[in-house]
Amino acid sequence: MAKVATRVAYGDALKELMVENKNVVVLDADLAGSTKSGEAKKVDPARHFDMGIAEGNMMSVAAGLAASGKIAYASTFAMFATGRGFEQIRNSIGYPQLNVKICASHAGISVGEDGASHQCIEDVSLMRGIPGMKVIVPCDYNEAKQACKAVAEIDGPCYVRLGRSGVESVNGDDYKFELGKGVVLQKGEKVALVATGLMVQEALEAAKKMETAPTVVNIHTIKPIDKELIVELAKTHDKIVTCEEHSIIGGLGSAVAEVLAEAGTACKLVRVGVQDVFGESGKPAQLFAKYKIDADAIVEACTK
Amino acid sequence: MYCDEKFVIMYAQKGDNLNIMENKELALHAKNIRRNIVKEVYSAQSGHPGGSLGATDILTELYFEEMDINEENLNTLNRDRFVLSKGHASPALYAVLAEKGFLPEEELTTFRAINSRLQGHPNMNYVEGVDMSTGSLGQGISCAVGMALANKLDKNDHRIYTVLGDGECQEGQVWEATMSAAHYKLDNLCIIVDNNNLQIDGHVDEGMSVYPLDKKFEAFNCHVINIDGHDFDQLRAALKEARETKGMPTVIVAKTIKGKGVSFMEDQQGWHGVAPNEEQYHAAMKELEAE
Repeated sequence: MAKVATRVAYGDALKELMVENKNVVVLDADLAGSTKSGEAKKVDPARHFDMGIAEGNMMSVAAGLAASGKIAYASTFAMFATGRGFEQIRNSIGYPQLNVKICASHAGISVGEDGASHQCIEDVSLMRGIPGMKVIVPCDYNEAKQACKAVAEIDGPCYVRLGRSGVESVNGDDYKFELGKGVVLQKGEKVALVATGLMVQEALEAAKKMETAPTVVNIHTIKPIDKELIVELAKTHDKIVTCEEHSIIGGLGSAVAEVLAEAGTACKLVRVGVQDVFGESGKPAQLFAKYKIDADAIVEACTK
Repeated sequence: MYCDEKFVIMYAQKGDNLNIMENKELALHAKNIRRNIVKEVYSAQSGHPGGSLGATDILTELYFEEMDINEENLNTLNRDRFVLSKGHASPALYAVLAEKGFLPEEELTTFRAINSRLQGHPNMNYVEGVDMSTGSLGQGISCAVGMALANKLDKNDHRIYTVLGDGECQEGQVWEATMSAAHYKLDNLCIIVDNNNLQIDGHVDEGMSVYPLDKKFEAFNCHVINIDGHDFDQLRAALKEARETKGMPTVIVAKTIKGKGVSFMEDQQGWHGVAPNEEQYHAAMKELEAE
């Protein structure tokens, strides 16, 4: 099956949402073609607002639309959405708990050639810290499309992390996205690979290379995180290896560490992710290898 | 020079209707509101009296003449709405809501206290009539742009008003918001700049000049009116002109005196975010006694 980027799923979700829900409005900051929010424009141009290269303003304008009863989807690259727009998200959207869905694309180092300035590896950390903000990192087209639609039904602010690069399908056609519920993709022993976003594919790839088949879990919702499942994994495995295309600080690895520490469950934890460094230009696969987040790196992490 | 006197005088001369009775009533409301502002800040022993007193006449004109807002439509989107972009002037907003009867007056003394609905900066989820949570400068105007866009989309003819500080105009977001308001031709949005030329650290024109404000907003494709922000005739005429202006947002640059109404607070940098002591409180209340 052809690889499809999760941002494409966002565009397809918007096409349906625009028809199904007249309250949906979409904002973008001059990147509607890249984020795929432009798909909404094709359905109803009056409900798609290009706010220019001014992300802070876009976030607060989205808040104003939400305060008027709209479900506002705001999109740009993850770097500029959560970085440039952080304080607007925090104060205009988060504090009043307004109905804004920040669907940010081009997250992580898989952005590739654009380099570190555009490779956001801090967004999950930033969004996770905002009270009441839900954080979702879909792993494939099907999950991303369902998640982008599901957030319209959730009252309050949500962050959906989307990628630039094509990813293979992990979930079957009958897959049903459920907020806050981790998905056990395969059951194994000793090691549990707990992955999010496009790292779910890397984890599955790694599992194929290992002598003893590990358990592989997709944690698509980083907040609220599936505590029950993680504690269960800790009790039934010797080691948990978290896999994320994000800094190991503040993302999935940190969230899992918090759950384990508070549960008092003794289980070794290894965090595969970007090790507190910036990325660089290159092809995604080259970057995954160099920054040790590809399948081989996950296999290696399992021996630590 | 932070405001072109010549334009303000010209605008005053435009005054075709001297509403003596209305103005007297408005002045009484404004006096009550100012008394309550002083009371709030004194009770809390913190807060921002200067900018609240200075913006009082603007808010009084908005809430007691201009805006379509009443007990019946308060809890709906089917009314005019107001965003206090300079959220630190919350004592003025709470006092206005109390003067309108939307908020129990006795609650004002809980301002900034633990468990109070009256947060240091306004929270829209706590108080009916607070239309947006503000406090971080530059963001309220953008939220107002979003509300104005929503009204256009919904063919809701109600208007959106926002009051900014002049110091606030140092925030880049104010200009992003203005650019977008003009781009989307938001003639249902009225932006009022409370132009007192003072910010925490001193005079705006000395610290980081934002002037000329009128020419800047004009260059951003807004209709601009310079007025005296304490003159009800000028406020009334400017808001009418804003309502009648089509195809672009209107910006009213209202020249004000920070701390207006309490002589020892007037035009004093030191009264930006300081509460009066007991002696100062009584002196202020004496000045603000009803005639």
